[in-house]
Amino acid sequence: MSEVLLEAKAVAKHFGGVQALREVSLSIRRGEIYGLIGPNGAGKTTFFNCMTGLYVPDGGGFVFAGAPLLADAPHRAAERGIARTFQNIRLFGNMTALENVMVGRHVRTGAGIFGAMFQNAATRAEEAAIRQKADDLLHYVRIEERADDLARNLSYGDQRRLEIARALATDPKLLCLDEPAAGMNATETAELRELIDGIRSDGTTVLLIEHDVKLVMGLCDRVAVLDYGALVIEDVPAVVQKDQRVIEAYLGA
Amino acid sequence: MTSRFFRSAVGIGLLAVALIALPFVAALGGQAWVRILDFAILYIFLALGLNIVVGFAGLLDLGYIAFYAVGAYTWALLASPHFGLHLPIWVILPIGASLACLAGVVLGSPTLKLRGDYLAIVTLGFGEIVRIFLNNLNAPINITNGPQGITLIDPVAFGSFKFSGTTQIFGLALSGPQKYYYLLVTLAILVVVINLRLQHSRIGRAWQAIREDEVAAKAVGINTRNIKLLAFAMGASFGGIAGGIFSAMQGFVSPESFSLIESIMVLSMVVLGGMGHIPGVILGAVLLSILPEALRYGIGPLQTAVFGKMLVDPESLRMLAFGLALVLVMRFKPAGLWPSPTRQRELAEAKS
Repeated sequence: MSEVLLEAKAVAKHFGGVQALREVSLSIRRGEIYGLIGPNGAGKTTFFNCMTGLYVPDGGGFVFAGAPLLADAPHRAAERGIARTFQNIRLFGNMTALENVMVGRHVRTGAGIFGAMFQNAATRAEEAAIRQKADDLLHYVRIEERADDLARNLSYGDQRRLEIARALATDPKLLCLDEPAAGMNATETAELRELIDGIRSDGTTVLLIEHDVKLVMGLCDRVAVLDYGALVIEDVPAVVQKDQRVIEAYLGA
Repeated sequence: MTSRFFRSAVGIGLLAVALIALPFVAALGGQAWVRILDFAILYIFLALGLNIVVGFAGLLDLGYIAFYAVGAYTWALLASPHFGLHLPIWVILPIGASLACLAGVVLGSPTLKLRGDYLAIVTLGFGEIVRIFLNNLNAPINITNGPQGITLIDPVAFGSFKFSGTTQIFGLALSGPQKYYYLLVTLAILVVVINLRLQHSRIGRAWQAIREDEVAAKAVGINTRNIKLLAFAMGASFGGIAGGIFSAMQGFVSPESFSLIESIMVLSMVVLGGMGHIPGVILGAVLLSILPEALRYGIGPLQTAVFGKMLVDPESLRMLAFGLALVLVMRFKPAGLWPSPTRQRELAEAKS
């Protein structure tokens, strides 16, 4: 099988007395769609937040693309190539859709204060490239006609798409989607599935947290199940689906 | 396209003529009015500097006047008989701007983890600390001359061309305040251009992103700490330059020019005019610096004309009118008198 892109090594995190993550170890391979599922409160989002640097894990750590990830430096995670979306959409509401994606280019561009003040050729070229890339990405997620609308005025489904476009603007190696299908109807979910599949075919590895088990099982190459902060199983969907512990975790038997 | 270009060219031309003619119009009412005009532009300068911090990056700064003080005292110490130094403007202004910038970084680096009200309180404290330092740094070594302040400060001069006193140019007599006016307008235009360019740049977008959602900004790779520090440093540098010009124009500085009320005034200009919207901020600065003066000159004579004697001290009436204006604007135009189109849309939607 192909090489490992992200490896979690015994990641632990607790909040007060609650053990949110119990030494979770898993590995995501380059080019796959990896699903992370589990009942509410199983620690999926906590895992995400540890990985993207929003939380500092109490134990263990991550190795990404061959080098360890530093904790407590979210901007550095993006720099390394980890982009994410949020469970409760976090867009820059009073900026236009286009500007939201342009902000996503921040980490791959370099114009500073003096570039902005003097508007030299390099800065203008960079700005045009940012704009072009943002336009392309809006096309890619098919919301190009909403480019000049404020992000807060977009429909729910379009906001999800915009968040994905913004994440893609950082040129990620690993795109982490936190419950992208939450609150979507069947048609929207089908479209989302197509989009995620497309992103993978274009060479980006995808980590997907999702409640919609059907979506996960149909889309993911491998799935990990968390329950009470511990990893239950990590395998291909067909095996995970039949696993007795997983069924128990979900049905609470 | 061409007609639009033509129209904006005409607009800019008219504005230029108005800006050039203004000090002569003001001089009809006496040189005092030219000085008021000078201060209005100085406040535009300050308000645009603070706008970077408050309007663009969304960081509430109540100690902004401290950077103005740093710039003013830098000029005062480097160009007055106090230390016997008389350095040229090319040397002092960059030093003043850098020191103010440094002060911004020193204040910013430990405090920028705080947000909203907490940041406001810390910056307020910082502003007061700077003022109290200036007040007390006359012993054991006399650096600032304490509450007496520093006098006989050199005016702005380019070579032998001094900005104080009257000069004859092309048969026109230009007074000191009129010359300062042209200097200040030039600088203010420069600041407006810099502000506009910053706003629509990679850095400007990062500031706005932080203002909107700091967590999301971090997640897309913005080093929020550094970018916020940058906003602080930029705003502070502008404050430092404005302070230097202030010091030279007045010929005198003392700590009482840099009290908390000054910080609040500049902040009010930004908020009243329209946070983050450059034309709005300019409007706010002009209104809040000229209206009180107009009241001061208008209310006194008006009272004597109507009642035959002075009933209320114009100074206290001025603060009353100022407070009332603030309340009214916040009640009826909460986004400011001239908000950015986006903010306007935002509020309209919030209402519907």
